[in-house]
Amino acid sequence: MKIDIILCGVGGMGALSSAAIISKAALDMGWYMKQAETHGMSQRGGDVQSHLRLSDQPINSDLIPEGQCDIILSVEPMEALRYLPFLNKKTGWVITNSTPFINIPNYPSIEAVEAEIKKIPNHIMFNADEVAKEANNPKGTNMVVLGAASKYLGIDIEKLEDAVRSNFGKKGESIVNANIAALRAGRAVADK
Amino acid sequence: MDKLLFLGDEAIAQAAIDAGLSGVYAYPGTPSTEITEFIQDSKMARERGIRSEWCANEKTAMEAALGMSYAGKRAMYCCKHVGVNVAADCFVNSAITGVNGGLIYIAADDPSMHSSQNEQDSRFYANFAFIPALEPASQQEAYDMIHYGFDLSEKFKEPVMMRITTRMAHSRAGVTRKAEVRKQNERSLPQDKKQFILLPAIARKQYNALLAKQPDIIKESETAGWNKYFDGENKKLGIITCGIGYNYLMENFREKQCPYPVVKIQQYPLPQCMIEKLYNECDEILVLEEGQPLVEQQIRGFMNNGKPIHGRLDGTLSRVGELSPNMVGKALGLEIEGGLEIPALVAPRPPKLCDGCPHVDSYTALNEAMKSFPGGRVFSDIGCYTLGALPPFEAIYSTVDMGASITMAKGASEGTLLPSVAVIGDSTFTHSGMTGLLDCCVDNANVTIIILDNEITGMTGSQKSSATGRIESICTGMGVAPEHIRVINPLKKNHDENVAIMKEEIGYKGVSVIIPRRECIVAMNKRLKAERAAKEKAAKQN
Repeated sequence: MKIDIILCGVGGMGALSSAAIISKAALDMGWYMKQAETHGMSQRGGDVQSHLRLSDQPINSDLIPEGQCDIILSVEPMEALRYLPFLNKKTGWVITNSTPFINIPNYPSIEAVEAEIKKIPNHIMFNADEVAKEANNPKGTNMVVLGAASKYLGIDIEKLEDAVRSNFGKKGESIVNANIAALRAGRAVADK
Repeated sequence: MDKLLFLGDEAIAQAAIDAGLSGVYAYPGTPSTEITEFIQDSKMARERGIRSEWCANEKTAMEAALGMSYAGKRAMYCCKHVGVNVAADCFVNSAITGVNGGLIYIAADDPSMHSSQNEQDSRFYANFAFIPALEPASQQEAYDMIHYGFDLSEKFKEPVMMRITTRMAHSRAGVTRKAEVRKQNERSLPQDKKQFILLPAIARKQYNALLAKQPDIIKESETAGWNKYFDGENKKLGIITCGIGYNYLMENFREKQCPYPVVKIQQYPLPQCMIEKLYNECDEILVLEEGQPLVEQQIRGFMNNGKPIHGRLDGTLSRVGELSPNMVGKALGLEIEGGLEIPALVAPRPPKLCDGCPHVDSYTALNEAMKSFPGGRVFSDIGCYTLGALPPFEAIYSTVDMGASITMAKGASEGTLLPSVAVIGDSTFTHSGMTGLLDCCVDNANVTIIILDNEITGMTGSQKSSATGRIESICTGMGVAPEHIRVINPLKKNHDENVAIMKEEIGYKGVSVIIPRRECIVAMNKRLKAERAAKEKAAKQN
């Protein structure tokens, strides 16, 4: 068993928090894991990514080889496309938010971005911002996308919830509960 | 013991605490920052009284670490690769003094320059200074090697470098801690009173002693167990991997055996016997090292008249940038099945200043002020404000090294480029700008220095700045006339006033300092969140 995941988005959108939550859950389940992430300058509104590798066998490389990624999990639609060279052409899934984050003057038309995502054989694209708002956690887009992806991760949603409690515990109970609500709302989208 | 999820940086930090550390000394720098932050946040470190505050710069940090070692305690110094440059004087000389308590220097290199201005390889420094260096390939090895590194340092009485790279520093994996936590060293003084007195007569003796230790240090590399020889049937190629290069090699042989003999290097200087054996048994050699071709150069030699040596120098691997599994696969001649192509419409998304960032208002005002001085130039420095080079500001013309804005502006003004303006952050100013300001005052240089004071070290993620609350008094102390130290509040509503002040001071013939002061927006949000969480907790307890 191995699952290679790229989590991506724009600095500040919480892609790295999602990565840390999956990692914690995987480790608690006794899996091997490696998770490489971008820190520093690129976190200032630039594109950020995390390579997350899970396996029942020891893992060698921190980086996922091209063409071997099983899931691209993105909180922003154009960012999902940036990592396509890593995606397994036949079996890989792209799970992405459809709401664009436009902080550059030359952002392409959203229709064109959506058209590119629809070309990918296995994809789920939905308005995670909307779902997050409905779950009363407008900042929880990353948790919504993670919840939707949980169906394909082979990790029980309860394990992810435990990891949310552990990772956000310091920030207070209301933050923990808001994130768990967003996580469940995302999962409900995938289960539909 | 359960596995803990650690960044490479965090594994190093926890290991140091567990190995009897008494103090860590550092200045923030990506990708090394999280080591010191982890120790600062560690309850266990607090209980054990481990010293962990940030230092003004890498040189003061390393010297203080050496001082703690003098007192017999175990000390650690951490920096990003270019930080070794700042501390290089102490670095090289501390190899000649040697140490008392165990001393580890962590150098976190950034190949591919994810967050840096160059991709220098710190292993060259260790080689240059004749000290042992360790290079782990996994977070667990990083944890285990710190324990060994302190013992090694105390065994040879030399500082030990641990060199990591971005992927090790900023990658998480499960790590098992040692069951026992080592006590901190008791205070003890160096046996030889003259050990740390590098007067020429003593330094010559000490330098010879350092060279005389080298055969034993090489023997240690052969026998300590970190460097490994794996035999393989196919002797057409012998492979040398350094650090995480090994992981990328093995990734290409997942669920298979690597057919070639491999020497896995994790400790320097190179283990002579292992390398000789590989060279003698194989037809050709491939060197996979993350960083610059240090080992490849050493094995190939200037004459390059031995067996074919492949790597970064002959183009088998890219001469620049970090390694990847695919790059290594191609070097091995393996076929790579790639993924899908990136659609042409995907636009680059460079980093930028945050919404609400005080630097945005400072640059907007400065750009307008500079319109009145069309022949002038703005020299800048290392920090978030370096992003002022990009659109929409394009406000600055240089960023070279910590502190260079002030001294480059000074030199340019002396070369008749007027006005010459320097833009430097508060933390960078106390890191290496102060001495440049002193030069300006001594020479009464015609420069204007804008110290962007967001009251934090911003770029590396909101660390405490040594400058906070001290900038005006430092400037007057250095000799800047108090009437030419102007503090402004960089807000949109103050724009016109701020432009007028900038124009006035840029027009002044002499040293002037402008201090736009407003809290970093990221730090402010973090602070407010923490305050809210604390309130919530307090409310619950009542």
